[in-house]
Amino acid sequence: MRYLTDRKRAVGKGAAHTGTEDHWYMTVSAVALAFLVPVFLIVFGRALGQSQEGVIATFSRPFPAIVTALLVVVGMRHFAKGAQMMLEDYTAGTTRKVLVIAAHSVAYLVIAVALYALAKMTFLGIVLGAMN
Amino acid sequence: MVQFTLPKNSKIRVGKTWPKPEGAKNVRKFQIYRWDPDTGENPRVDSYFLDMDKCGPMVLDALIKIKNEIDPTLTFRRSCREGICGSCAMNIDGINTLACIYGLDEIKGDTVKINPLPHMPVVKDLIPDLTHFYAQHASIMPFLQTKTNEPEKEWRQSIEDRRKLDGLYECVMCASCSTSCPSYWWNSDRYLGPAALLHAYRWIIDSRDEATAERLDALEDPFKLYRCHTIMNCTKTCPKGLNPAKAIAEIKKMMVNRQV
Repeated sequence: MRYLTDRKRAVGKGAAHTGTEDHWYMTVSAVALAFLVPVFLIVFGRALGQSQEGVIATFSRPFPAIVTALLVVVGMRHFAKGAQMMLEDYTAGTTRKVLVIAAHSVAYLVIAVALYALAKMTFLGIVLGAMN
Repeated sequence: MVQFTLPKNSKIRVGKTWPKPEGAKNVRKFQIYRWDPDTGENPRVDSYFLDMDKCGPMVLDALIKIKNEIDPTLTFRRSCREGICGSCAMNIDGINTLACIYGLDEIKGDTVKINPLPHMPVVKDLIPDLTHFYAQHASIMPFLQTKTNEPEKEWRQSIEDRRKLDGLYECVMCASCSTSCPSYWWNSDRYLGPAALLHAYRWIIDSRDEATAERLDALEDPFKLYRCHTIMNCTKTCPKGLNPAKAIAEIKKMMVNRQV
């Protein structure tokens, strides 16, 4: 037990003078996702059930590719910050730090994989288009 | 940090059942949390029976009747009996409220369950330890701060500016809101909680106060302010009908407005 005054315990280390930026980012990204998710679902729904060539042709077009890229980047960054907040609520100490790093790493990994896949499909689409 | 189970020494056991009043026709059962730090035993729930024809209408009336006529060791805070002092805040039938203004007729079912405010250290029976809660309130500097030289008479305020304090100044610091907030349960060491933040907003919005920037600076923190996830248990439970969630949202809006 540490002998701290009640006031010192309540004040802790004081204010970090940060947090508003995250709060504003989450608000802005939530609004962006409210538009991006329905548009992506339409794009994705149209590609469902198509052949591999059809899917590549769909996602090599600029609009579906850009919508998908935006959704993945904005969505995963939104996820990472949301997950961090949740982990801060329910964990503490080293566990908290490790899990927050893991959540951000997973988010950036998903972004990287998705962008790589999109780039590959766009490139394949261009090649297939040229061959036809 | 979140706790999914109670510590071993906090697990609640079945307690004593007191006899029913003789000859009473309108009897109601009260299950009340009991814990005495001097015995070293785990908390228990005692059962009492009251003749409702000889009892006042409020939960506090029942508690006083139990203490006066059945079990003088039952311990709880009470003072004003009209919802002004905030002393008798407790969890009644699953709701954090003031025993003095909560009617027994509002409780459905035959049994009235009374517990101390949730997730707070207990001093004894229905008395929570509010030391940290009060220290958090003190940390937001709940008083007028000015830089201008004091006027000869009073600090003047327009009727419109005074109206902005309505719904804020009425808070009696009963802690019902803070102890109903899951964010406060898990992070009360760093999150200020709805009551302290409502009071912070009361001074931020006061037209006479000249420390608005410093007050906002002191709140800008991922935990002190932004641990509020707008769950709104605070607003739902407030026995005075106030809206701490709105006050917190207003602080967040002011934070954004000065940054964006």
